[in-house]
Amino acid sequence: GSNMEGTGPEWLSAEVKTGTTIIAIEFDGGVVLGSDSRVSAGDAVVNRVMNKLSPLHDRIFCALSGSAADAQTIAEMVNYQLDVHSVEIDADPKVRSAATLVRNISYRYKEELSAHLIVAGWDRHEGGQVYATLNGLLTRQPFAIGGSGSFYVYGFVDAEYRKGMNKEESQKFVLNTLSLAMSRDGSSGGVAYMVTIDEQGAEEKVILGNDLMTFFDQ
Amino acid sequence: MEKVCDAQIKGVSTGTTILAATFDGGVVIGSDSRASIGGEYVSSKTINKVIQVHDRVFCCMSGSLADAQAVTKAAKFHLALHSVQMETPPLVIAAATILKDLCYRNKEELQAGFITAGWDQKRGAQVYVVSLGGMLVSQPVTIGGSGSTYIYGYVDAKYKPDMSREECLQFAINALALAMGRDNVSGGVANLAVITESGVEHVVVPGNKLPTFHDD
Repeated sequence: GSNMEGTGPEWLSAEVKTGTTIIAIEFDGGVVLGSDSRVSAGDAVVNRVMNKLSPLHDRIFCALSGSAADAQTIAEMVNYQLDVHSVEIDADPKVRSAATLVRNISYRYKEELSAHLIVAGWDRHEGGQVYATLNGLLTRQPFAIGGSGSFYVYGFVDAEYRKGMNKEESQKFVLNTLSLAMSRDGSSGGVAYMVTIDEQGAEEKVILGNDLMTFFDQ
Repeated sequence: MEKVCDAQIKGVSTGTTILAATFDGGVVIGSDSRASIGGEYVSSKTINKVIQVHDRVFCCMSGSLADAQAVTKAAKFHLALHSVQMETPPLVIAAATILKDLCYRNKEELQAGFITAGWDQKRGAQVYVVSLGGMLVSQPVTIGGSGSTYIYGYVDAKYKPDMSREECLQFAINALALAMGRDNVSGGVANLAVITESGVEHVVVPGNKLPTFHDD
């Protein structure tokens, strides 16, 4: 667009987005969440190692996409609300409660916000669960993908997802999906972050570029 | 929010999914069969987007249907004349270059992209892509059209060079089915052509015979 001289590079004024790839999948006994690590402002990559998997509670995480500021703020607000809630009920919160809190903020402020969070975790009532909260809806799904990179892998996840995968298969599914999306989406890249949550707790891992899947043209 | 219809600007478009892939000894080219107006109305459920431009050369069109049809008609004519003058079946790259020239020289007026695939004596099975502005590139496998965004991951993961004919055909049908399942402007039947040295085989897979996946 038009630009007056002396206003500086475009990325200084461009909105910071986690144009991204996020995924969460439920397995028998828990969930696996995954994300890329690229944060872009216009054409520039302003952070290449951002962890977009944010804890909401001990065994509940969310995956951030869309506007970086909006997503982070929602996650922090829900983190606080969940802390209060879990003290009130004197127990660990349900994953559905966390997802509902996220959905309430996304829906009430849907005109002002442009972020999509996938909420996933483990609780003793329902085991592993994945919830999508796009545009203020709340729906539980066996797996969910989101962010700009997700469009490129809809076909892949449709073809490859099978019911009843175990923890290792689910982790592989998440990593393969992230690799494919990161190699095609200009707004996704960097390293892959993965969180596996089960009754024992949450285990976080970083997978570097050279350990990711390669394809026939590489 | 105000809705502005793409069709008001561009006319009937083949919001579409097209692909071509080489295998050991030949090439598979295929597409869906839906033509839509602005993503709101399906103007044809059974349109053929896989056009034979010569005995062993096919192309698939994407973008504005009118532009693509006009360009392929012109290319067919040029290719036939070229083939008579050379007294030999045309090279696949000749067909692709003719399409590219038409797209490049008329880039201001046209909105059409092509995948050209075929077999010739000199280089065997080949796939070429002519993009919207007239760039020509050769690739072992390629996808195009609006539905293609959803299958980039699938194609990257599942394509292997030198597959057998049956594997490649199944790969192409799966990819089209997945794209048609996610893209609302792709659909109908899957039209495919398998081109080898010995000839051409047309394969049509109706909607209800397409492979189904976990949530179907």
